[in-house]
Amino acid sequence: MTVEYLGLSKINGPLVVLEGVRGAAYDEIVEMTVNGAEPRLGRIIEIYDDRAVIQVYEGTDGMALRNTHTRLTGHPMELGVSEKMLGRTFNGIGVPIDGLGEIEPDKMLDVNGKPLNPVTREYPRNYIRTGISAIDGLTTLIRGQKLPIFSGNGLPHDQLAAQIVQQASLGEDSDEKFAIVFAAMGVKYDVADFFRRTFEESGVSDHVAMFINLANDPVVERLITPKVALTLAEYLAFEKEMHILVILTDMTSFAEAMREVSSSKGEIPSRKGYPGYLYSELAAIYERAGIVAGKNGSVTQIPILTMPGDDITHPIPDLTGYITEGQIVLDRLLQGQSIYPPINVLPSLSRLMKDGIGEGYTRKDHRDVANQLFSSYAKVGDARALASVIGEDELSPIDKKYLEFGKAFEARFVGQDPHENRTIMDTLSIGWELLGMLPREELDRIDTKILDEFYHPAPLSE
Amino acid sequence: MTKTGTIYGINGPIVHVKGDVGFEMHEMVAVGPNHLVGEVIGLSSQSTTIQVYEETTGIRPGETVTGSGAPVSAVLAPGILSNIFDGIERPLKEIAKTGGDYIPRGVNVDSLDREKLWDTHITVKKGDQLFPGSIIAEVPETPAIVHKVMIPPDLEGYVTDVVEDGKYTIDQKLLTLQLPDGTERDITMTQRWPIRVPRPAAKRFPPTVPLITGQRILDTMFPLAKGGTAAIPGGFGTGKTMTQHQIAKWSDADIIIYIGCGERGNEMTQVLEEFSQLIDPKSGNPLMDRTTLIANTSNMPVAAREASLYSGLTLAEYYRDMGYHVAIMADSTSRWAEALRELSGRLEEMPAEEGFPAYLASRLSAFYERAGMMQNLNGTEGSVSIIGAVSPQGGDFSEPVTMNTKRFVRCFWGLDKSLAYARHFPAIQWLSSYSEYLTDLAPWYTAHVDRKFVDYRNRLVYLLTQESNLMEIVKLIGSDVLPDDQKLILEIARVIRVGFLQQNAFHADDTCVPLSKQFKMMETILYLYKKSRALISMGMPMSVLKEDKIFDQVITMKYDIPNNKPEMFDDYKKMIDRFYDDVVERNA
Repeated sequence: MTVEYLGLSKINGPLVVLEGVRGAAYDEIVEMTVNGAEPRLGRIIEIYDDRAVIQVYEGTDGMALRNTHTRLTGHPMELGVSEKMLGRTFNGIGVPIDGLGEIEPDKMLDVNGKPLNPVTREYPRNYIRTGISAIDGLTTLIRGQKLPIFSGNGLPHDQLAAQIVQQASLGEDSDEKFAIVFAAMGVKYDVADFFRRTFEESGVSDHVAMFINLANDPVVERLITPKVALTLAEYLAFEKEMHILVILTDMTSFAEAMREVSSSKGEIPSRKGYPGYLYSELAAIYERAGIVAGKNGSVTQIPILTMPGDDITHPIPDLTGYITEGQIVLDRLLQGQSIYPPINVLPSLSRLMKDGIGEGYTRKDHRDVANQLFSSYAKVGDARALASVIGEDELSPIDKKYLEFGKAFEARFVGQDPHENRTIMDTLSIGWELLGMLPREELDRIDTKILDEFYHPAPLSE
Repeated sequence: MTKTGTIYGINGPIVHVKGDVGFEMHEMVAVGPNHLVGEVIGLSSQSTTIQVYEETTGIRPGETVTGSGAPVSAVLAPGILSNIFDGIERPLKEIAKTGGDYIPRGVNVDSLDREKLWDTHITVKKGDQLFPGSIIAEVPETPAIVHKVMIPPDLEGYVTDVVEDGKYTIDQKLLTLQLPDGTERDITMTQRWPIRVPRPAAKRFPPTVPLITGQRILDTMFPLAKGGTAAIPGGFGTGKTMTQHQIAKWSDADIIIYIGCGERGNEMTQVLEEFSQLIDPKSGNPLMDRTTLIANTSNMPVAAREASLYSGLTLAEYYRDMGYHVAIMADSTSRWAEALRELSGRLEEMPAEEGFPAYLASRLSAFYERAGMMQNLNGTEGSVSIIGAVSPQGGDFSEPVTMNTKRFVRCFWGLDKSLAYARHFPAIQWLSSYSEYLTDLAPWYTAHVDRKFVDYRNRLVYLLTQESNLMEIVKLIGSDVLPDDQKLILEIARVIRVGFLQQNAFHADDTCVPLSKQFKMMETILYLYKKSRALISMGMPMSVLKEDKIFDQVITMKYDIPNNKPEMFDDYKKMIDRFYDDVVERNA
């Protein structure tokens, strides 16, 4: 079966065309050797009769039409997985690059995964305490959720993700097995290094598997990186019953890589040059988060994506938002006011929050407080818009109160120290303090009984 | 006998077969050694194009494609309800039993349970003349729904033999029919119907009865008729799915078909869990007893996503033929349109707008036109209502799917991002939404709720429109400078927005509100407006009026008055009178 084909008929960017192939299968992995060097991996992405279009993961540098030997492997892309992969570093296709030797795999898994049957999913309900008020209070992260961070260049999404990892891993129920799978697609060296150092400093690096595709690594490789990482995550979660937090950064590079390949393939573009199947491809990654009924593990995803031009309607954040269960949106204006984390709570959302908070999970007033804070903070925007037209002095007393509330909300509720780890009770009591700045009749989202129990008007002024 | 072809090329879900091997358009075929399910979507003398409903990984040129001789069809028989299927009607629960946690490829399972014995009550006797659609037996499918076994729409004749009442599987013969040409045909409970062909009906009725959902902004402001079509467009996070869930839970349709088309897996799990626990207030049975789910989550193969809408429609029409009112939730039609775009791109067709194929509009119209209030072939009346969610790219309603959908639906519930940001739910924007059914339904509201219902509704809308005009001024100069009668309009509009339009899906009473209470709430708000306006015209300033808590009390009446105690509204009327007298007395 090990027929080798010599030569290629065409090379175009990351794609090569091989003619005269017999018995090649769609989506099959091929090994390509150039001048006896280490074999490179490629995937058959289109096949017509004996003509196969192959996407080469490690780049086509040095390939010529005559010097390349291609061998069919007979199977789709597979990853050898093992528990021993924790604490190790790999390249974008899962080959160790930390010099600590090969991994002896427990089993080989198809990296493309298969769709999880909705019948065997379990609806996620347990919240993860991140110690960050804006997340715990207003966009609660749930175990098994996929909650991306929508950010822009220069915003502290990496710090935020690192803080979530550190503080979430120090949860109360630490007897459960916890691990992190980190996948970097096309990130700068500094970013990858920042995460590595953070994991080391917080003492979790034994529980981290890192898959690194740097900005100068082959572009096509990063198309497979998230799939490789998630294959390990699923194995650890559903076969080894661990709780896995997957950080994927930066999904924008992943989508860009897809556009690059699609255009060299000559496909018809849909929006902004991205291929029509961008949604399906993104979904194939994000939907791999979740919990399988009867298994003690979970896969929680925190993908990070930088919005091109801070534009939330750009196809990448837009399609992501339609697949993921909410989003955390970072904001440049808040960053300008030195507020950390600069989370703009209004467009941020956690869809699974509604079933993971309240009595029995966090506290019975949580939902009401969150709704009221959202609604009151939305009014702050109106008051600010008005103030910018008629001046702050001309505002009605109630609008002035909203301005004050807005400032305090941003500084005290959203803003916190990068090392501060707040309990949910802290977060809720800060929320009530802030709501105390507003007159009771303005609080129209809170049940009367809860208001009676928790509402205390703030002393007139400090 | 069966026709076969040889695979020539593979590109994603599209497979090409060399030459014309005699397959028919839309014929179901088995692809490759795993027998993946596919459908013929293009024919030419050089090649046959097939879309495959499963992942094509591992398919090789040279492998065979086997024809089935029949178009892609839905299997129709008892066992559909309280079940969950994928896009081509394969039962996911059965797949989970044999295939494990993940969905394997090439699974071969029956759509419906063929072993199960159903209690059958035969309603025809030997010698009866039967027509297309005639009901021949009744089977209690779930505690909530009686399944009516019918003669397929293309058969008629005389009963020459019929079984006794008893327990039968869906494959056992119930009767023998002598067709007009003299041949005899065994009739079982099972019918097959091609999913892309609408099931025939005798005639269409105009929509005159509302689909009552218990949601105030829908029932009162923008009602949908039974047999009507509605679209819910909105960016992510604006509450499309939440609105669909609320309608699926509380609407007065007999049967709900919930199509999760390219959406999240966890959402389908949630519907499955929640609907099994929630009790339908009308029948006292779990909601799942009247519900069928079709799940093609976003990571399932894209071609099956395209088919899932048609599978759902066919199931809905089948129950309509029995005389039931069926409501379809399609979440989301944009994913379906994107599936069309993806397949069209793989076929290298010439794109129209934003890469969508030029036939997008005609496919959408064909989909929505399968809704309707019908007189069925057997004389019963039933309806199919379609409520389609639309996920416009970037939340921009001028994109092709939203624009084309708007042309074919008569009810438009536009979701608004800024309302969602302020957590005003349901985030349906009252100024941009509309319902063309309002005039059709007005006589029903007059007859069944109150003759003032439509008038009150129009007055609320008028107040909200005035508010929006005033807000233009307020945005520029603040609300302090407005005259008091305009301040009152702002205040009453706030009461309408917060007290009436906003509805709390997590509140036991507020999640579903009967029409009578909706009417009383409108009446109370308008009474408050009337009395306050009288005070203002006497020269009382708005600041004095606002000293009283009455405005906030009216806002919270949705929580404070239980749904089953309408008499409490009289107390509110008295409270408003007292407020009026108080203000007059103190400021006289």
